[in-house]
Amino acid sequence: MDVNDIIKPENKVYGKPVLMNDNNMHYCPGCSHGVVHKLVAELLDEMGVAEKAVGIAPVGCAVFAYNYLDIDWVEAAHGRAPALATAISRLYPENLVFTYQGDGDLAAIGTCETIHAANRGENITIIFINNAIYGMTGGQMAPTTLIGMKTATTPYGRRVDLNGYPLAITDLLARLDGTCYVTRQSVHTPAAVRKAKAAIKKAFQNSLDKKGTSIVEIVSTCNSGWKMSPAAANDWMAEHMFEKYPLGDLKNV
Amino acid sequence: MEEEIKLMKGNEALAMAMIRYGADGYFGYPITPQSEVLETLMAQKPWETTGMVVLQAESEVASINMVYGGAASGKVVCTSSSSPGISLMQEGISYMAASELPALIINVMRGGPGLGTIQPSQADYFQATKGGGHGDYHLITLAPSSVQEMCDFVGLGWDLAFKYLTPAIILADGVVGQMMEKVVLPPQRKRLTDEEVRQRCPWAANGRKGMRKKNVITSLELDPSLMEVNNERFQRTYKKIEENEVRFESIGTEDCDYLIVAFGSLARISQKAVEMARKRGLKIGILRPITLWPFPKAEVARLSERVKGILVPELNAGQMIEDVRLAAGSGVRVEHFGRLGGIVPSPDEILDAFEKLFLGK
Repeated sequence: MDVNDIIKPENKVYGKPVLMNDNNMHYCPGCSHGVVHKLVAELLDEMGVAEKAVGIAPVGCAVFAYNYLDIDWVEAAHGRAPALATAISRLYPENLVFTYQGDGDLAAIGTCETIHAANRGENITIIFINNAIYGMTGGQMAPTTLIGMKTATTPYGRRVDLNGYPLAITDLLARLDGTCYVTRQSVHTPAAVRKAKAAIKKAFQNSLDKKGTSIVEIVSTCNSGWKMSPAAANDWMAEHMFEKYPLGDLKNV
Repeated sequence: MEEEIKLMKGNEALAMAMIRYGADGYFGYPITPQSEVLETLMAQKPWETTGMVVLQAESEVASINMVYGGAASGKVVCTSSSSPGISLMQEGISYMAASELPALIINVMRGGPGLGTIQPSQADYFQATKGGGHGDYHLITLAPSSVQEMCDFVGLGWDLAFKYLTPAIILADGVVGQMMEKVVLPPQRKRLTDEEVRQRCPWAANGRKGMRKKNVITSLELDPSLMEVNNERFQRTYKKIEENEVRFESIGTEDCDYLIVAFGSLARISQKAVEMARKRGLKIGILRPITLWPFPKAEVARLSERVKGILVPELNAGQMIEDVRLAAGSGVRVEHFGRLGGIVPSPDEILDAFEKLFLGK
């Protein structure tokens, strides 16, 4: 048996998604973005919707998402992805339009656009990477940064009296009449990855079925920003992040 | 729908023109003195006739980014607002200029700075013609002075935006937005089908139909050597626009001893002032820039060699006069007359200012 026998299609159990290209990723080793990118690429292919998918990239670490997934993309201004998605979805009602946003983009500068797009019930999917820190700009406090968490702009830990409380924006979004599916997932174990994939699939299907706005929050690690090894970051997330951001469906209509 | 003659406000004409020129989408937020645009569109319900999308956004920031999304997908889209709202849109406009997207923005100017007033102004001339947002860019800037031009420039703005792949702005003022005049509405232009959009805009992000090469709309380029190439390309486009798209109207400039350079409502008021002057034996001509950018530099330069003086009346503290002075050179006296804060001068005031400044009366 040589290598050509081994790589026969019937022997293949796992492969790189066809919509994911060979560009070197700029993400840090251990970052959750790579896993979520892979899930999105797999699903768009498996669901047969690559031809009608339009992704809206944020400002933040995922600003270059368009470099890795071979679908149409628009790179939004910081926080404005849901506004762009609103227009494209309304102008092309048969398209699958999704945003891919981080916690600064979605829950700080883009709070207004996020809440109003969701409240209008736009037929879009919002994938929300919450790693409680600004990765791209060098590890500053995010709206979702936990109390006591050290960042570049909370060097002694986040203090309520100085910085206010961590914002569980997904809880808020679940309260809006325009949202049909709001869930919080993670990708730190193989089981979690499978659940996250199922969640994103449901969200995409809702958008195709024009059921309203679907939001999939992925509670994520930023081991570079957190200054931990990837494995330690996974453990730290499970121990600290899930208490404030518990996993599971918040709304499933 | 055939060509139709109507009596309406400038703002209403903007809305009717959007529908008739085959707009795919309008995204806006109410602000005085241009709220009739969104109101008229909502009353017309074009989604039931042409299929045009109309949406009241949550802010001007959202509406310009909806326009950004729509333009990125190849559709014919626009927004309108008034001065404070246009300030909020500058980031999105800069992104569209950098992404080389066709879109139409309409500013029915009111007096500023700040919340200012709801009365007419022309104080956003610098903002519109010199870029407005961050970075080196220009907007094709059209200045209507009649309700008819409010209508016509919607079509012209989109045509130029799609020809050069850059945003265009209609810089109107509150007078032109609120005044009523006769207007000839154009026959209904058919909206493009999605297939026609894909043919006209093969670069647009609207889904990889037929699994064509992917399209990415972005203004980001971290490699400075490539970002410089992008900027040089933008500048080449601006140069072409400057060469090909200068538009102006001349009224009595061939025999004039003095010249008034005015745009928008002040060109209309100046027309009356000039009629009054001619009765007193004073030959004053009017040059009305229709494109504020590209500015009719050559025509100003040509006329400045013949006239004894140039008056630039504006509803601001002196903005367009800088372009007039640059074009006219130092051989001719160029004076400004401005009213501020929403005050609109009468023809007498303009003529008085002229006589005082140039005839020492």
